[in-house]
Amino acid sequence: MSLVTDGADLARPIAAEPRVEPSLAGVADYVALMKPRVMSLVVFTALVGLMVAPGHVHPVLGFAALLCIAVGAGAAGSLNMWYDADIDAVMARTARRPIPAGRIARGEALGFGMTLGVGAVAVLGLAANWLAAGLLAFTIFFYVAIYTMWLKRSTPQNIVIGGAAGAFPPMIGWAAATGGIGGEAVILFLIIFFWTPPHFWALSLWRADDYARAGIPMLPVVAGTRETRRQILIYALVLAPLGVAPWIAGYAGPLYGAVAAIAGAGIVALAVQVRRESGLSAAKRLFAFSILYLFVLFAVLLADDRLSHLLGRGV
Amino acid sequence: MDHDDQDGIVLTEEQKRRRRARSIAIALALAALVALFYVLTIVKFGSNPIGRL
Repeated sequence: MSLVTDGADLARPIAAEPRVEPSLAGVADYVALMKPRVMSLVVFTALVGLMVAPGHVHPVLGFAALLCIAVGAGAAGSLNMWYDADIDAVMARTARRPIPAGRIARGEALGFGMTLGVGAVAVLGLAANWLAAGLLAFTIFFYVAIYTMWLKRSTPQNIVIGGAAGAFPPMIGWAAATGGIGGEAVILFLIIFFWTPPHFWALSLWRADDYARAGIPMLPVVAGTRETRRQILIYALVLAPLGVAPWIAGYAGPLYGAVAAIAGAGIVALAVQVRRESGLSAAKRLFAFSILYLFVLFAVLLADDRLSHLLGRGV
Repeated sequence: MDHDDQDGIVLTEEQKRRRRARSIAIALALAALVALFYVLTIVKFGSNPIGRL
């Protein structure tokens, strides 16, 4: 006897209800949800912000603050994967992430991200101060709601404005150490803010097909590669002097100034190559060098700060 | 009536292994949180023992 009458399947509500399968998620899948590579950059820049800030931070409180910033970044990554699961599934670069691969359900990622985010903000407020906690909460909100849910799918300026989320960590580190926001923290914010477009647009030049397939209006998809190469050069020209700004403003010594000037010249030279060449090799070199650029800049800033402290104590 | 309806869902060995790994990770995270809160409390009180009591 059939339960299907006039096209309506009477058995459907029970029989077709999707059964919850036992999870196949491993611990590594939850780690992947937190975007560990992005997290490592966030932790490093936050560490530099915390260390170069004036005053002394108890090592335990400093460690707890960095842990909270790392977990907050993980929360933002997890919520990003929750919302972007549909477009992740159609892009080669992201198709093997835990949600599109079917190892973690979207709801699990949402719950995981919310739990981590609320926990990280609360503990940072209790361990350090509520300004730092508020900045962390705003960063997570900005990355998830402003960038992921709104800008990413609606404007080619998505990574320009959304880049602010990645620029906040050194400011959060600074706020955790001092309870305020200083001029140097703002400069560190601006360096990462203007570093983001040439970094991501260089990547998007050879991932344009992927973005187009997913319907994401990245600059090369919407305005073409020629315009993207032009804008990469413009942002590199703004970034190079900004990189030297901590030395010009008197926050860092000549060692930092020299390294930042050389590295800035390098990134501008590569951006000029990207502008002139029609192939992708220069873009790939610029993408790789931009990661090195940011790491070296912040590492030397930290070393310069520690050196000046040592010399100051020695006098 | 199939096997699942009669006995509930029977986990495969792989599912059991991954569930155990998740459980251990949760236990370790909770233990780390307890240790963190303990040390944070000591440090916070240590910096101002009278004012914070």
